Amino acid sequence: MTKKTLDPLVGPMGVNNPITRQVLGICSALAVTVKMDTALVMSGALIFVLVGSNVMVSLLRNLIPPRARIIVMLVIIATLVIFIDQLLKAFLYDISKQLSVFVGLIITNCIVLGRAEAFALKNGVGASALDGLGNGVGYGIILVLVAFFRELFGSGTFLGIQVVPLGLYAQHGGWYMNNGLMLLAPGAFFVLGLLVWLQRTISGYTED
Amino acid sequence: MEPAMHYLGLAVETIFIKNILLAYFLGMCSFLAISKSVETSIGLGLAVVFVNGITVPLNWVISEYLLGPGALQWTGLAGMSGVDLSFLNYIIFIATIAAMVQLVEMALDRFSPTLYQSLGIFLPLIAVNCAILGSSLFMVEREYGFIESAVFGSSAGAGFFLAIVTLATMRYKLRYSNVPPGLRGLGIAMLLTGLISMAYMSFSGINL
Repeated sequence: MTKKTLDPLVGPMGVNNPITRQVLGICSALAVTVKMDTALVMSGALIFVLVGSNVMVSLLRNLIPPRARIIVMLVIIATLVIFIDQLLKAFLYDISKQLSVFVGLIITNCIVLGRAEAFALKNGVGASALDGLGNGVGYGIILVLVAFFRELFGSGTFLGIQVVPLGLYAQHGGWYMNNGLMLLAPGAFFVLGLLVWLQRTISGYTED
Repeated sequence: MEPAMHYLGLAVETIFIKNILLAYFLGMCSFLAISKSVETSIGLGLAVVFVNGITVPLNWVISEYLLGPGALQWTGLAGMSGVDLSFLNYIIFIATIAAMVQLVEMALDRFSPTLYQSLGIFLPLIAVNCAILGSSLFMVEREYGFIESAVFGSSAGAGFFLAIVTLATMRYKLRYSNVPPGLRGLGIAMLLTGLISMAYMSFSGINL
């Protein structure tokens, strides 16, 4: 494969990341990142929906009337989301309870609609699938990073396993305390804001 | 408790303590994109209050009499009491929202051209705003009644209005400050939102 065919796959994972660069899909990036496992499941669900919707929209791109395209795309996306939501409820009930309304909100996640509109409507099936996968993984990377820091500093755990030694905690005679702010909403904003700074400094991108 | 106080308490809680944007991260995309100017923020904020106040109670009616567990009992048909169509929530809600937005747009165009002029371009955007769909999904999850859902819908919109106008005014001041290149735009907006969110957390002691 040449570099050009792989472009839609690799670009969004690094330089052209959907969250930090294109400013898409921020809601869920903040809401489900208190713990690592919810972030992983959410990323998986989004990758599935994104690849599925990109492929379907791309297959139908010559049949969708331009004036009605938004509603057609929303129906395709909503169908995929219902599918993944039912799957999660059946097999991962606890996590689906924690994700609460945020699985449903994949429907209005700007990444899915944004990629369908900006890419899948104009490109072939193969490229659209790659674009979906690339953007999904790019989204997942940010989600996992935010969740990693929030879980580590907020609860001292990684995937539910204690990593900060218990002896360090104040109640065991140490000096360490978990940073409770990380578990609350402002912590999410700060971590993501700093990650955006980091990503944009590395990729050398500046807004106006 | 008196009913009036109960609704007032719900409104205060939804606007300040459980702010849809600052505590649940819904509607972040448009929040970050629009908050560059104060006038457009006011326009979008008003549109969200308006549409949310209509769609949440409307979706309550749909969920109560068509989709919820045993909701079709009123038809009196045999076997209807066991039917649970709530997995269709997503697709029906998003269709209702899209249709309502279209209707509101047409009605405004006909009856109040001035309001239409000021809200005009924001109405189509709202159909895919997470805050609108999210409010409807929260309404189902928290099992609100009809009046409660009307109060919740409009105060969630009011909370969004307050948050977006606050950030827009802060970003206005920010134009004259020297922000590090990588942090310009999205990065600094996220950090500011974190600070606003922290400020809103101090409301959490209020209990009506």
